[in-house]
Amino acid sequence: MTVLIGQLFTGVSIGAVLLLIALGLALTFGQMGVINMAHGEFIMAGAYTTYVLQQVITAAGWSLLVALPVAFVVAGAMGVLLEFLLIRRLYARPLDTLLVTWGVSLILQQLARDIFGSPNVQTRAPDLLTGNVALPGGITVANNRLFILALAGCAVAALTVALRVTPLGRRIRAVVQNRDLAAVSGIATARIDRTTFFIGSGLAGIAGVALTLLGPIGPTMGTNLIIDAFLVVVVGGIGQLKGTVIVAFALGVLQASGEYLTTLSVAKVMVFIAIVAFLQWRPQGLFTLRTRSLA
Amino acid sequence: MTLLRGRRILTGAMTLVAVAALAACGSKTSDSSGSAGVSADVSGDTVKVGLLNSLSGTMAISEVTVRDSIMLAVEEINAAGGVLGKKIQPIGEDGASDWPTFAEKAEKLIREDRVAAVFGCWTSASRKAVKPVFEKNKALLFYPVQYEGLEQSPYIFYTGATTNQQIVPGLDYLKAQGAKSLYLVGSDYVFPRTANKIIKAYAEANGMQVLGEDYAPLGSTEFGTITNKVKSSGADAVFNTLNGDSNVAFFKEYKSAGLTAASMPVVSVSIAEEEVKSIGTQYLEGQLTAWNYYQTTPGAANEKFVAAYKAKYGADKPTSDPMEAAYVSVYLWKAMVEKAGSFEVEKVREASDGITFEAPEGLVTVDGATQHIAKTARVGKVGADGLITEVWNSGAPITPDPYLKSYPWAGGLS
Repeated sequence: MTVLIGQLFTGVSIGAVLLLIALGLALTFGQMGVINMAHGEFIMAGAYTTYVLQQVITAAGWSLLVALPVAFVVAGAMGVLLEFLLIRRLYARPLDTLLVTWGVSLILQQLARDIFGSPNVQTRAPDLLTGNVALPGGITVANNRLFILALAGCAVAALTVALRVTPLGRRIRAVVQNRDLAAVSGIATARIDRTTFFIGSGLAGIAGVALTLLGPIGPTMGTNLIIDAFLVVVVGGIGQLKGTVIVAFALGVLQASGEYLTTLSVAKVMVFIAIVAFLQWRPQGLFTLRTRSLA
Repeated sequence: MTLLRGRRILTGAMTLVAVAALAACGSKTSDSSGSAGVSADVSGDTVKVGLLNSLSGTMAISEVTVRDSIMLAVEEINAAGGVLGKKIQPIGEDGASDWPTFAEKAEKLIREDRVAAVFGCWTSASRKAVKPVFEKNKALLFYPVQYEGLEQSPYIFYTGATTNQQIVPGLDYLKAQGAKSLYLVGSDYVFPRTANKIIKAYAEANGMQVLGEDYAPLGSTEFGTITNKVKSSGADAVFNTLNGDSNVAFFKEYKSAGLTAASMPVVSVSIAEEEVKSIGTQYLEGQLTAWNYYQTTPGAANEKFVAAYKAKYGADKPTSDPMEAAYVSVYLWKAMVEKAGSFEVEKVREASDGITFEAPEGLVTVDGATQHIAKTARVGKVGADGLITEVWNSGAPITPDPYLKSYPWAGGLS
């Protein structure tokens, strides 16, 4: 029983990580249809931001708190720059965004190597986050995992509110649903595109900060995550925030249970097979609406 | 963009990634006509040697330090007049933590640069990848890292420990401490899998129980489940053969789960001082490692080595076992060449038996029959300062036995 609950929590925490890295993509890929292969490098940018801030602010707790907004802005700004320089020329040719952003991702990786060196680096976690909460029955829940779970929850809540309640969210949804109609209604579509990209990329930066609590920071850390993130968004149903959330946790739990019963590598294969089977059954993903709005 | 189109594009993306991965894996082997071997270029007043290490990727955390210490030995030897009157000219290549790249770069060093010897490699996967290249070209590799044994090549000198000089003494130590059960955690490739086979054979012969074994892909950073399994197994100790910076994620998770060196010690065979420093002492304090050398190993040769290394690379840079073995390998090669009076590979090999060197770890002797070296085994404990202090040693150098022929329980392994 202890093991079962422990594993369930592991699954949920893997899910939280998946959710954080996929959330930004749900916006840029799911909503705007742009395949941004550099999304992983925005995650990396968020992680390196945390690393740099820790060199300046030596108290690990404070540097982490400062890193969250700063990484959001840094990664967001990179996203806006990418949108402004390249992607906005390619909205009519989505497949080309794939190639262009892949090239950008390679450039960013090399840039990271040149700036921070090839060997991966680590950050110190605040003492508060290296411990765990002991529950009755010998179950322990790691604090850093709880923090990531809370962070993912906050990000989802903030994004939902922003899209549903704020005028900006209404404009984003309008542009996504019908760009031309939105434009004649007086919405500055180009600016909305840029804002959407800012938020989506900024969320990748937040994911990067969270990942520094779990493992090393390196130039190629993004490439390992980008496929998982795309899978979550596609299986969830493109353009569906609700689907992204559910699928992220479902895949996390599936991965954790598979891992427990077999091995890590076999579990990865199992997850892939499950995804392929699922997409055969429901090619449109878990949730779809006729209109491509966030619900 | 319609949904269907989105999916088609994504399929395209996956295909592209797959093609790229395949292209990266396709090993490029040039013509193999050089069965006679390529002789080193020693026409000028220099002799070239190759340095083949991962300067990028998941292994760079470990291998960059090895490169640094090889460079230190090269500079010291050059300052003292070189080898056979020739200055050593090092040629560096980046294996990029990618085994086909290692093979490709080895081929380049041997055939294009015509180096007299190559120093480097860390993972067994990279060594296995370059082994046929060195054998085909009859060129020399000096391999400085402890490994899983069960291998011998006429063109490789193994200056790190083989299993009977590291893993077996590590197990002996645990047994003496009263450990009755073990959990095995390793990276998913040749070294940990072979090492764990040996550990299981040892455990069976010595009345120890192996409660589980788990492997994570090299570079993996998700250790939640493995830590859960380890914790619920209630083993007396964990034997850790993870390589590279997976260790960072593993030890972070280990501590988060509330496991400590006191409650369940971890014996690592691939974490040395440099890794301790970058993983973070807070995660490793009190944990055990099995090696042949620590920065704290006493002796004049080590004091000189540590001082020279820190003078060159910075006072905060620790020295470690693979670095020491790499440093020693350059000096051993020099001694072999000088005894042979030639840079020719076959003559150097013939001259190798019985070569000794006052290494930082103590006296080492080359065993010509196996091309391994006799080394002292040491178990150490990670201190609060990030340095490792010896808690046990074998007393005298242990003769290398890569196939574990002298251990009855290892009969079925090779």
